[in-house]
Amino acid sequence: MHIIESGNVAAANGVKLANVKVIAAYPITPQTPLTEKLSEFVDAGEMDAQYIPVESEHSALSVCIAASSTGSRAFTATSANGLLYMNEQLHWAAGARLPIVMCVVNRGIGSPWTVWNDHQDAISQRDTGWIQLYCCDHQQIIDTVIQAFYLAETVSVPVMVCYDGYILSHTYMPFEIPKQADVDKFLPSFKPEYALNPNQPANLNTVTLPDVRPDVRGDMAPGYMEIRHNLHADMRDAIDVVGDIDKKFNQIFGRGENPYIETYRCDAAEFVAVCLGSLSYHLRDVVDILREEGIPVGVAGLRLYRPFPDQAIRDMLADLKGVIVFEKALSYGNQGALFADIKAALYSSKNRPKVHNYILGLGGREIKTAHLVDALRNSCVDTDKVGDTPVWIGLKM
Amino acid sequence: MKKEKFGCRISHSEPGPGDGGRTGSWRVKRPVIDLEKCIPAKTKKAACFTCWLFCPDGVITKTIPPTIDYEYCKGCEICAQECPVGAITMVEETVFITEEK
Repeated sequence: MHIIESGNVAAANGVKLANVKVIAAYPITPQTPLTEKLSEFVDAGEMDAQYIPVESEHSALSVCIAASSTGSRAFTATSANGLLYMNEQLHWAAGARLPIVMCVVNRGIGSPWTVWNDHQDAISQRDTGWIQLYCCDHQQIIDTVIQAFYLAETVSVPVMVCYDGYILSHTYMPFEIPKQADVDKFLPSFKPEYALNPNQPANLNTVTLPDVRPDVRGDMAPGYMEIRHNLHADMRDAIDVVGDIDKKFNQIFGRGENPYIETYRCDAAEFVAVCLGSLSYHLRDVVDILREEGIPVGVAGLRLYRPFPDQAIRDMLADLKGVIVFEKALSYGNQGALFADIKAALYSSKNRPKVHNYILGLGGREIKTAHLVDALRNSCVDTDKVGDTPVWIGLKM
Repeated sequence: MKKEKFGCRISHSEPGPGDGGRTGSWRVKRPVIDLEKCIPAKTKKAACFTCWLFCPDGVITKTIPPTIDYEYCKGCEICAQECPVGAITMVEETVFITEEK
């Protein structure tokens, strides 16, 4: 069934189709109507789930951690400063290997207060050990939410489904709601690797000492470094799992086939613009204009940011003349985080392209197509002119 | 997913002695029971056991007389504080080191 609705409603329908059992959310700003829609579903009996309103985002994720520890499929959503307030529990959920799925409706973070879109919230949490997937439209939001549970539960790593605040969350767009029977065929039921069980009491995530030590049965138990190493190793394995899940999804629903990078007019391109989120669809218009001018440029939108699909990045970008990274976030005092990651991925390549960095759209600053055209053209025409320092687009000073 | 050497991806413990390591080495003072004063020892009856009840690490036995597992006793002193007849005294560990030498 196709409907015309907001990105938040798309996400809520994905959560409903995934048969989530526990939803915990803080209802006030920076929260979005996504969780209101879920509470409507639960209230109307359309979802067989516990909806737990809490007094803060820290508590929202704590409740999800507890629910997931008992083997329940758990979901929460937040934005901006709400995500930052979860920070401690984000690390905890990842270290505890709980397959929680969370929608992060990307917004700028205070101070100063803003409720508008950029990516600083999610990017600032990139090292928490969560998988980060980015969406470009409403169909991707609902599809990605469903896939995220599969992914999280396969690798025992929590997943953030990130989509642009306002640009996607509050705008209306047509999208297809998958059939429940198809989703049930696609998404296996949640079988936790380790769940709390009253018949076998256990203390989870206990204190570790610097070295490994035998457990109560005399078997060697992993220490802090082993547990953290395994989180990293499983995150790296998750790259292939993302591809496998995309294939299975594509077989059933006929959508997907771009699990890592979604490209547009990259065939025979000498330059490629790279970004996260809905900006990549905006850049398609820009690429069309520049192709008219005879500039061989395409655009690549990253769907998976953590774990970083560095091999896919190299395969796509290594032999180009130029890579232009457009970012709605910044590692303050350095450069764009994605810019640094892309350069690191390309460092081992023989013919490294020039890589440029543009910072734009912070706090919802309007991104004008004309500005993008000028920036991208400059980077393509004169690759040496733009240096290693990020250039700000739309800055009025 | 690869688990390689270890069976579990997370840190967890199940009830049983020693799952937190040999915590007896943390002890600075050792609780010593005076069996002349201890109620179950003196009366030879299953009575009192206040020390057993209060021990946060479960290292005191509910036996006549009660015994303390010094392998895991951290020396928190709660038993000595709670004993209604003052039968438990805290003795500096250095005393025992000297004696053992």
